[in-house]
Amino acid sequence: MTKQVQQLDRVIIRFAGDSGDGMQLTGDRFTAETASFGNDLSTLPNFPAEIRAPAGTLPGVSSFQLHFADHDILTPGDAPNVLVAMNPAALKANLSDLPRGADIIANADEFTKRNLQKVGYDVNPLEDESLAEWRLHSVPLTSLTVKALEEFDISKKDAERAKNMFALGLLSWLYGRPVEATIKFIETKFAKKPEIAKSNVAAFNAGYNYGETTEAFSVSYEIKPAPLSAGVYRNISGNQALALGLVAASVQSKLPLFLGSYPITPASDILHELSKHKRFGIRTFQAEDEIAGVGAALGAAFGGALGVTTTSGPGVALKAETVGLAVTTELPLIVVDVQRAGPSTGMPTKTEQTDLLMALFGRNGESPVPVIAPATPSDCFDAAVEAARIAIKYRTPVMLLSDGYLANGSEPWKVPAQAELPDISVEFTTAPNGDDGTTFLPFKRDAETLARPWAIPGTPGLEHRIGGIEKADGTGNISYDPNNHDLMVRLRQAKIDGIDVPDLEVDDPDGDARVLVLGWGSTYGPIAAAARRVRRGGGKVAQAHLRHLNPFPKNIGEVLKSYDKVLLPEINLGQLALLLRAKFLVDIISYNRVRGLPFKAEELAGVIQEVIDSE
Amino acid sequence: MSESLNGKGLALVPKAEGKQTLKDFKSDQEVRWCPGCGDYAILAAVQSFMPELGIKRENTVFVSGIGCSSRFPYYMNTYGFHSIHGRAPAIATGLAASRPDLSVWVITGDGDALSIGGNHLIHALRRNVNLNILLFNNRIYGLTKGQYSPTSEVGKITKSTPMGSLDKPFNPISLAVGAEAGFVARTIDSDRKHLHSVLREAAAHRGTSLVEIYQNCNIFNDNAFEDLKDPDKRDVITLRLEHGQPIANASQAVRIAPTGGLEVVARDSISPEEILVHDVHNPDPSLAFALSRLDEPAFQHVPIGIFRSVDRPSYDHLMSEQLEMAVAQRGPGDLDELLQGGDTWKIN
Repeated sequence: MTKQVQQLDRVIIRFAGDSGDGMQLTGDRFTAETASFGNDLSTLPNFPAEIRAPAGTLPGVSSFQLHFADHDILTPGDAPNVLVAMNPAALKANLSDLPRGADIIANADEFTKRNLQKVGYDVNPLEDESLAEWRLHSVPLTSLTVKALEEFDISKKDAERAKNMFALGLLSWLYGRPVEATIKFIETKFAKKPEIAKSNVAAFNAGYNYGETTEAFSVSYEIKPAPLSAGVYRNISGNQALALGLVAASVQSKLPLFLGSYPITPASDILHELSKHKRFGIRTFQAEDEIAGVGAALGAAFGGALGVTTTSGPGVALKAETVGLAVTTELPLIVVDVQRAGPSTGMPTKTEQTDLLMALFGRNGESPVPVIAPATPSDCFDAAVEAARIAIKYRTPVMLLSDGYLANGSEPWKVPAQAELPDISVEFTTAPNGDDGTTFLPFKRDAETLARPWAIPGTPGLEHRIGGIEKADGTGNISYDPNNHDLMVRLRQAKIDGIDVPDLEVDDPDGDARVLVLGWGSTYGPIAAAARRVRRGGGKVAQAHLRHLNPFPKNIGEVLKSYDKVLLPEINLGQLALLLRAKFLVDIISYNRVRGLPFKAEELAGVIQEVIDSE
Repeated sequence: MSESLNGKGLALVPKAEGKQTLKDFKSDQEVRWCPGCGDYAILAAVQSFMPELGIKRENTVFVSGIGCSSRFPYYMNTYGFHSIHGRAPAIATGLAASRPDLSVWVITGDGDALSIGGNHLIHALRRNVNLNILLFNNRIYGLTKGQYSPTSEVGKITKSTPMGSLDKPFNPISLAVGAEAGFVARTIDSDRKHLHSVLREAAAHRGTSLVEIYQNCNIFNDNAFEDLKDPDKRDVITLRLEHGQPIANASQAVRIAPTGGLEVVARDSISPEEILVHDVHNPDPSLAFALSRLDEPAFQHVPIGIFRSVDRPSYDHLMSEQLEMAVAQRGPGDLDELLQGGDTWKIN
C-alpha cells in the first residue's frame, strides 16, 4: 500500500504519559532522529518533581514537546500539532493546550474505567463525541506491543513497558525519521539484557510497520532538512552545553577544573556530566552541603584550580557568604545558578528568571559580582567559557544564570573546533612585585584590569595570607583604617565596572523601529520568534538581548534612550526593569508572567503589537 | 598505591633544601591575642615545630575559620587563608584534594568547628582528605565576648545564659571517633613537649587528623583546665595514652568494665594484667570511643594523647587515582573529540 506523503514546513509534537511511561526517553530519541535528519529543532521537557507520582493521576503526567522545521526556529512551539497521550491523565492534562484540528494519538488500552475515574472522566472521551474537533487516532498501543512481543522470553510487564518504543516507532514512520540510531541506542542501553534489547527493538519496528500498514494513518509527512550553515552539529541541552563549556574553559585556561557541588534540581546534570570527564583532569566533589561545595571550589581556586560550583536558587542563597569571601579575597570562581521557580523550594522542575537581583545583591556589604546569562541551550557553552574568562582575568567570582528551561531544553548546536575557542590562559605570579624587588604585595593591582596577582601555594618567596577581614591596599594585611576601607570598596567596584563586555547589538531589519523589545537569558527564543511574527504582520520592532547583566554593555544607556518605547518581558516581576529604571531613568514597559513556563511567541507578539499600536 | 602512603602524610610534599628555624615561620604581623591567652603558647609551639617537618615552607598552608584562634594564619609565614565561620574544613578540603603536594593545616575553635561548622567537620573526618585539624578548645566564645560554646559544661553562666546553659556539650574526641576519623588526639596548650609529639604524629598520618588542644581563655573562661596544670592534681587525673603501654597513672588505672565499656579504678585494686594496654592502631573504634568517655563527669580523669591512629586511603589520593585510571583506560582528554562526541551530523 502506497500512502500519501504530505509536505509540512514545521511540526510540534508533544509526548505525554505517566512519569513511569518513559516519555522523556521517547522524546529524546525522537529528537535525536530529527536532529540527525537535519531539521532545526527546539525541545521543552516538562515533568513533575515527584519521581513516581501515583500512576495514572494528573500530577504524575510527564511530557516532552518537540518543535522541528525545515527552517530555523527559536522556540519549542506554543501549541502542539500532535499530542501523543499514553493515558487519560495525559490527555486531560494537555488537551487545553491543543488547538482544534490537531492530531491526538491516544493509547486506547489505558482508557479503562478505573483510569478514567482517576482523572474524573465519566465517559470515555475516545468513545463519545467530545474530541470531535480534533483528529483522533485511538490506537491500542499496549496490546499491539504485547502481541508483537509474544515470541520473546520476557515478562508481560516488560512487554507492556516497551509500549513507548512502539509509539516512537509509529511517530518515526509518520514523520519519516531515520531509525538506525535509535535501534543502536536501544541495543547499547540494554546491552546487559539482550532479551530486553531485542524486544524493545522489535516493539519499535512493530510501531513503525504498524504505521505503514494500518489504515488508521492514511498520510505520512515530510519536513525537509533546514538549511543550516555548514558544519558538524549535535543536539544539545543547556546543562550538557554548560558542562562542556566548563571542560573547554579548563582546557583553554590550562587550569585543572575543580567542581564542588551538591545535588539540586535542575542543576545536577552538570555535576553528572562533568563527573564523566576525569581524563581531562577534572575533579568533581559531591560535597556535604551547598556551602561546602562552594567552599571547596574556592579552596581549590586558592590552590590554582578553575573553581566551579553549580546549583539552583536555594543553593545560591546558602553560598552567599562564601561568594562574598571570593569577592573580597579576589579569587576566580564560577557560580552556576540554574534558576527554578521560587521562593524557597518553589517548583523545582519549573523555570523562572527570579534570581537576578539575588545574584547581583544577595550578599552583605558592597559585594559586586559579574553576572552572565546564556540565551539558548547551546549558548550555555559560550556563556561558560565567557564566565571563566572574566573570572580568571579579573580574579572574581562570576554568576552564570541559566534556568530550568535552558537546562533541559535542547537544540542543534554547531560544534566549534577547539582552534576557534578563545585562549583564556593565565600566568600565575611567581616573583615579588614590590618596588624593593623582594616583597610580595598580594593586593597590588594590574593597572589596566585592577586584578590582583594570583600567586598560588608552592611558589617560593610569595607566601602570603588572605582572608575575609578588610585588607590594606597593596600589602593585604588586616586593616581597619577608614580611608583604606573606602578605597578598597571602590577599587573592588571599579574592577567589576571596568570588565570588558561587548556592546549590546540591536536587531532592527528596517532600521526605523520606534519600539525596542529587550530581554535577557532564556527569553531570547520566544522574544525573537515574537518579533518575527510582528514584522511579518508589518509591525516595526527592534530587538536586543542582554547577555551581560553586570556590568552592562557600555552602550546600553544610549540604546535604551534611542527608542520611544522599551518593552521588557521577564519571567519575574520586573527585576531587570528595576535596575534599568534606576540606572538609566528609562520608563521601561514591563511584561511579566511567573508561571514556571517559558513565554509563548504568540503571547509576546501580541504584547509587542499592543505597544506599537499605542505609539 | 594508596597503601604505600600509609603513615606518610607528607610523602608528596616537597622537602626543604636548607635547614629551617622557628624564625622562618614567624610572619611580620603583630600578634593580637589578649595578653595571657593560651593561643600564644600554641602558636609558639607550632612555629617551633614546623622546621622539624623539613618540608618547603611555600608548600605549607594554614586555613582557618572565624574566632580568636582563627587569626592564627596571619602569624605564620606560610600561605594562609582566614576564611569564614565554620567553613575552614570545606575550603581546606578543596585545596588539599586538588593539591596533594601541600601540607594543609586547619586552625579552628570549639564554636567554629563544633557549632557553626559541625557539618563540615564530621564530613571532613569521614572523608579523610589529607588535612591536619587543630581544634583549640577553650569551652567558651571569646571573639563575641563570652557566650557559652558547644563544649561548655551544662549550667554555664554566661551573658547569653544568665541562669545557666541548658544544652549538653559535645565531647570533640567522641564526635571525631564517631565520625570514624583515622587520627584523633588530645593535647594541652601548656605542655609544649606533648604538643610537639602529637603534631608530629598528626602530620605523619595521611588523611584527616583531628587534634583537640585544651586552650585557656584567661578573659572569659579562665582556669578551665586548671586541674590539668596544677602540679598537685594533674598527675592524679591525667591518663597519658601511649601506644603499647598500660593506660594508668600512679593512682588510677583503666580496665574493661564488666558492663562492657571502660572504667577507671584505683591502680592498686587490680592486678597489672587487668590494666588495658593502649593500641592506637586498633581498627575497631569502640575502645577509642570508650576512652573518650572517661572524662564524664568532666575532669575526674582525662585521657591525653593519641586515641586512635588507623590508616585508610585518603580521599585526595583516591581521587587522583580515579583521574589517573581514566587516563590509563581511555587516554588523556581531547576537547575536539569530546565536543564532537554523541550523535552528530554534518551539513555541507
